[in-house]
Amino acid sequence: MVWAALGLIAATLARFAIADAASRMMIGTALAVAAFAIVALFLAMVGFARGEGWFARLATPTLFGLLLLWLWEMLVIGFAVPFVLLPPPSAIARAFGTHLGLLAQDFAQTYLHAVIAGYALGCGTGFLVALAIDRSPFLKRGLLPMGNLISAMPIVGIAPIMVMWFGFEWPSKAAVVVVMTFFPMLVNTTAGLAEVGAIERDLMQSYAARYGATLVKLRLPAALPHIFTALKLNSTLALIGAVVAEFFGTPILGMGFRISTEAAKMNLDLVWATITVAALAGSLSFGALAVLERAVTFWHPSFRGSS
Amino acid sequence: MRGGRLSSTREGAILPLIAVILALIAVWYVGAVALNAPQAREQLAEGAGLRDLAAATWSMTRPVLPAPHQIAVELAQSLFTHPVTSPRSLVYHAWVTVSASLAGLGFAFVLGLLLAIGIVHVRLLDRSLMPWVIASQTVPVLAIAPMVVVVLGNLGITGLLPKAAIAGYLAFFPITVGMVKGLRAPDPLQRDLMRTYDARPLQVFSLLRFPASLGFLFPSLRIAVTLALVGAIVAELPTGAQAGLGARLLAGSYYGQTVQIWAALFMAAAMSMLGLAAVSLIETLAARRRGGRL
Amino acid sequence: MTEVALLQPVMRDDLVIPEAVVSARDVSLVFDAGGQRVTALAGVDLSIAAGDFVSLIGPSGCGKTTLLRAIADLEHPTSGVLLVNGMTPAEARKRRAYGYVFQAPALYPWRNVARNVMLPLEIMGLPRAERQARAARYLGLVGLGDFARKFPWQLSGGMQQRVSIARALAFEPKLLLMDEPFGALDEITRDGLNLHLHELWRRTGMTAVFVTHSIPEAVFLSTRIMVMSARPGRVVEIIENDLPATRDLDLRETPAFLAVAHRVREALRAGHSYD
Ligand SMILES: Nc1ncnc2c1ncn2[C@@H]1O[C@H](COP(=O)(O)OP(=O)(O)OP(=O)(O)O)[C@@H](O)[C@H]1O
Ligand SMILES: [Mg+2]
Repeated sequence: MVWAALGLIAATLARFAIADAASRMMIGTALAVAAFAIVALFLAMVGFARGEGWFARLATPTLFGLLLLWLWEMLVIGFAVPFVLLPPPSAIARAFGTHLGLLAQDFAQTYLHAVIAGYALGCGTGFLVALAIDRSPFLKRGLLPMGNLISAMPIVGIAPIMVMWFGFEWPSKAAVVVVMTFFPMLVNTTAGLAEVGAIERDLMQSYAARYGATLVKLRLPAALPHIFTALKLNSTLALIGAVVAEFFGTPILGMGFRISTEAAKMNLDLVWATITVAALAGSLSFGALAVLERAVTFWHPSFRGSS
Repeated sequence: MRGGRLSSTREGAILPLIAVILALIAVWYVGAVALNAPQAREQLAEGAGLRDLAAATWSMTRPVLPAPHQIAVELAQSLFTHPVTSPRSLVYHAWVTVSASLAGLGFAFVLGLLLAIGIVHVRLLDRSLMPWVIASQTVPVLAIAPMVVVVLGNLGITGLLPKAAIAGYLAFFPITVGMVKGLRAPDPLQRDLMRTYDARPLQVFSLLRFPASLGFLFPSLRIAVTLALVGAIVAELPTGAQAGLGARLLAGSYYGQTVQIWAALFMAAAMSMLGLAAVSLIETLAARRRGGRL
Repeated sequence: MTEVALLQPVMRDDLVIPEAVVSARDVSLVFDAGGQRVTALAGVDLSIAAGDFVSLIGPSGCGKTTLLRAIADLEHPTSGVLLVNGMTPAEARKRRAYGYVFQAPALYPWRNVARNVMLPLEIMGLPRAERQARAARYLGLVGLGDFARKFPWQLSGGMQQRVSIARALAFEPKLLLMDEPFGALDEITRDGLNLHLHELWRRTGMTAVFVTHSIPEAVFLSTRIMVMSARPGRVVEIIENDLPATRDLDLRETPAFLAVAHRVREALRAGHSYD
């Protein structure tokens, strides 16, 4: 704890020292303080890594992440790495601040439109088709291997076709997302519906429950963990699909567009800022789904046991 | 993917699979008529029948949706009529992409294995690095592709290497996560046994941890194969590369050559299947030495 | 025999003697599982001489496994002195002083039966020919000579456990530690294995420590039976078994056998304190 605090303070000092290291003497001081910061942070991490409990478990990776960011910053400034190769995190943060409006617009275009629409449509249809073929073993046996196979294909490649069909605006990106998310949902929902054990199904039969009742009361709840697996997987796929589809042509907005055009213009700070937005969007969506999953499928052994 | 494969449905799946594929092709032909009809009507004389319409929609040079046989012909032409070294051969483009994926995959495998070994043995690495590796699977890592290509281009590094770097970077995460799981798979009793023999760490690794991890390696390798291919294809987009499946997709979309796009897409799918089949083959061979089970 | 006498802990001053293969003096072991402390062993005293076949018997959760694991240096006593061949358990383990048979077979599924038996021999660096010879010999000894090329999952539970015994025997340890090796087997298989084990022990002259829940099994196999009490685990009585050295299964019907079994049962009852 003490080491962590000392390390962070020293790291901050070293950052300022190296920034205005006009004279040779200042560089020496900066290096000494930086060395101390590394040692202190390392000791802090070693200490936290030994500990149990949520704080220690959170503190170690957080410190590690900060250490990496700081090393990145120090090395880039210290060795005067050209901006077009790697901007320092501070510059990225500044770009984040100055281009906040633009980033928000890109986010709205890519995430709020393409990703959400495509995700909802893809997951929804995947789920409905799984229900539709549920009563036909023949179709299941035909569609499942197909779905598994297509899930393992480089589907983003259909982006240029979707751009031709649906135009440059966000619907073409949403269409890519639909195709990417459809098959994982189909395959996982079907697997989930097959999950219910024979005993439980016999029990429902003994109640003379109709197909619909068995489905709603027993099989869908049992399938929920699988459905959530697909939902989580798809949340990442959807973002990838939308961003990459924009590499193939787009109006003047969107995260993928921003990344590819600004990279070409060497505005790497803005590129990194956009990537940060994408990373945040991806991990937060995933996290939100994980929280929802926990709330909805709290009864499942995988939570009762391992959490 | 939890329960992604249903073993019980795999037996006797041939007939239904064929039925589904046939149905798909039929829908495709109908769809081609529907989608291409507006364009085809302009070229057709007044009063042309449905037959002519169908024939026209199935043989356009720039259809909205090419008919399956058009794609097949394009594939066959670009596969067999040119020598494989010619830029007009799809084999050539596929190889450009696949070689980058393979290089990346090899790189990812070595790095992932080393990192997994570190994570399993060093608590500090486990606690500090592992959460980031897991979190990065929820991040659209592919988004960095254009930047990596541009930056490496600035450094004078072009061609295979930037693509391999992206392919490797994508494939690296599932391999690491899978190997960490696999190297941790031995149960406490199996590990205690090694302790009673006073086995050296290297022996514990080679006799217990590594063999135990193979069952986890192959599923993550399957994911990695697909990701590496996607990475290589996407890496070909930003610089407008001249060769590779991604370049074909991009060129096709510039010039409205839908048939070419579809052919490249099918080629990419075939490459992915080839990769998966190769993994399965290695898996089968490895399993055979263990009496048929991994 | 009164209950007071039974509960009297065994205290002899000559317990820690150098010739003893295993000797424990006031050994305690406390688990600290996430702030919750569980006393698994409290003041255990025992001494096992070379050539002994000692059974540990006691209620579930009384610390039998923990004691065996402490002898094997898989757990570490919180206090007290525990010696194996006059060395610390860690030193003994490094000298590969003992073979351990776990409660479950713990076979490596990717190795066939013969290669599972050869595993310790590989680690100890025996030449290939010797490894193969020993695997064949000890697999034959447990009656699995024909199954060398099979894989663990192609064998029944009893056969798997026999493989794990062959594996423990293969490097010919002077001391064999066994933790309920036959716990999951049917009576008939168990009888057969008991007979096997008894003959093996007689022929090799090794020392054995054997954990079991079965009174007949303990009486049939042992020279001495150590009865342990429930939490905190301690040895409450050591019963010398003076049945003839050579035994067969019919012995279990004789009055002498039943008398020893009765004594063990009484000691167990006393150890099951309901507080
Ligand atoms: N790793 C551990 N962490 C915490 N407590 C433990 C651990 N191992 C065993 N214990 C506790 O120590 C006590 C003794 O356990 P042990 O396994 O030695 O019992 P046992 O006599 O072998 O029981 P059984 O006959 O059921 O196998 C138990 O109360 C158990 O809960
Ligand atoms: Mg036990």
